[in-house]
Amino acid sequence: MKKESFGMVHPQYFTFAEPPHRLKLQSGKSLGPVTLAYETYGELNDDRSNAILVCHALSGDAHAAGLLPDDPTPGWWDGLIGPGRALDTSQYFVLCANVIGGCKGSTGPASIHPETGKPYALDFPMITIADMVDAQRHLIDYLGIDKLLCVIGGSMGGMQALQWASSYPDRLRSAIPIATALKHSPQQIAFNEVIRQSIMADPAWRKGYYYESGQPENGLAVARMIGHITFMSDQSMEQKFSRKLKKENLSFQFTEDFEVEGYLRYRGYNFVKRFDANSYLYITKALDYFDLSGERFMPDVKKTPVRFLVISFKSDWLYPSYQSQEIVRLLKRKHAYTTYFDLTSTYGHDAFLVEIDDETRLIKNFLAHIDRT
Amino acid sequence: MKPDHHIIAEIIEERAHVLDLGCGEGELLDFLRRRKKAQVQGIELDEDQMHICVEKGLTVLQGDIESGLEDYPDQSFDYVILNQIMQEIKKADYVISESLRVGHKVIVGFPNFAHWSVRLSLTFSGRTPINDALPYYWFETPNVRFLTIRDFLDYCHKKGIRIEKRFFLGKNGGVRLLPNLLAQTAIFVISTHTKDML
Repeated sequence: MKKESFGMVHPQYFTFAEPPHRLKLQSGKSLGPVTLAYETYGELNDDRSNAILVCHALSGDAHAAGLLPDDPTPGWWDGLIGPGRALDTSQYFVLCANVIGGCKGSTGPASIHPETGKPYALDFPMITIADMVDAQRHLIDYLGIDKLLCVIGGSMGGMQALQWASSYPDRLRSAIPIATALKHSPQQIAFNEVIRQSIMADPAWRKGYYYESGQPENGLAVARMIGHITFMSDQSMEQKFSRKLKKENLSFQFTEDFEVEGYLRYRGYNFVKRFDANSYLYITKALDYFDLSGERFMPDVKKTPVRFLVISFKSDWLYPSYQSQEIVRLLKRKHAYTTYFDLTSTYGHDAFLVEIDDETRLIKNFLAHIDRT
Repeated sequence: MKPDHHIIAEIIEERAHVLDLGCGEGELLDFLRRRKKAQVQGIELDEDQMHICVEKGLTVLQGDIESGLEDYPDQSFDYVILNQIMQEIKKADYVISESLRVGHKVIVGFPNFAHWSVRLSLTFSGRTPINDALPYYWFETPNVRFLTIRDFLDYCHKKGIRIEKRFFLGKNGGVRLLPNLLAQTAIFVISTHTKDML
């Protein structure tokens, strides 16, 4: 089959939880109104049985595939979504929404607080992965979809896929959690804490109320640099940069001597242009709070008909394979029919965005055999 | 269609829940799913073979046989299949007892090391036997143990394991007489004694 890009897409918005019917959050607080920015690819069929929800990672957004007007960058999982691709838009209705707490069109700390007329900043309530999924469920209800064919995502997107199976086991037929975990280890929490501290240590952060004075650019850039180190592997950094120099000789100054330094700075300072620092704080906290281990996963379900495809990557040290194997162990206890692959890749955690061919081979065949009756 | 697969497919009831340890490319599971509408789960270590399973639409876990069973609750499956892997696994006793815990019934298929050709080869040529059921040279074989039909019967007797059904295959089909001498392959359906008495 011909594989091609989905083509032009248009951002869509769904607003719900208008006060007093605010969205109840796991913390006990509530939020409303809530807007979700989302995109859809393909057509919903007559019996509404072909919908696939794609969940994005920490810094992702609703733009998973195709091209937006005025933006030359294809969606973040464009290689996986389109006609003839793994999530084949000629067969499936694929949708992706920006998470709450985000800054790409959905309600987050940079959104206007309806009571003050100013950005929420740190008045924004703490949100969790379960809250993100609850908000998505409102969107799925609004679209009239009773049962999703699949919920798929990598990293934080994989957590959402697991949370969907746990919170709404009757609302999905299959889940594909990729390069993810049931809970963050102390090492993962530690990285996130350093990330948060680097933002909060920037004087421009102003305890979160910086929307008039401007972003804590240096803090956010350093935070993103830390992230990028954890997304790559020792081997992929060696392949990409080795010890190559930017100029012919060492400068003997604190400038960018090595290519890897230039890469990190470029990535860090580019990120500042497209992401809100407070969103980064809120979402990393949501990642750290996430815990579906033990009895917390599918608490009222003894046997689940939901089918799982769990994928990890051998070189991923941020979400190591053993964490996916823990997911598999838990799925066995729920009698879930599960496919698990520990794929060979040198790309580290980035593999879930990069290893499109292997993912396509697995996901396409897996989805083709999900019973829709 | 391999003759042992045919026998296993005959044993298994319609819509049974089946776990196949060391499912390879999933030929047996695919057959069981099509012919018997079975709900099937495979466990396999080899990535290439697993890909072929997924292409067939089978659910397959990457993992080794020894650690693959421990997280399943008691009696999770109607059948656990241990076909042609007994000779390749290290902790055979553990795997059999875990399979009996996880499955109502366990199907065990293995090459019989007491087949007459094996006996002759060892006695007269003095070389490690090679036949249809044991097709490897010593330096390339995945087998870590050899067992005979009598060995397996002794084992079941000693462990109080109930033998529900037995099938013996020679080169040209079923074997009725002197199976430990004439059968190249044996297939047993076993279950736990105590479970049946309760």
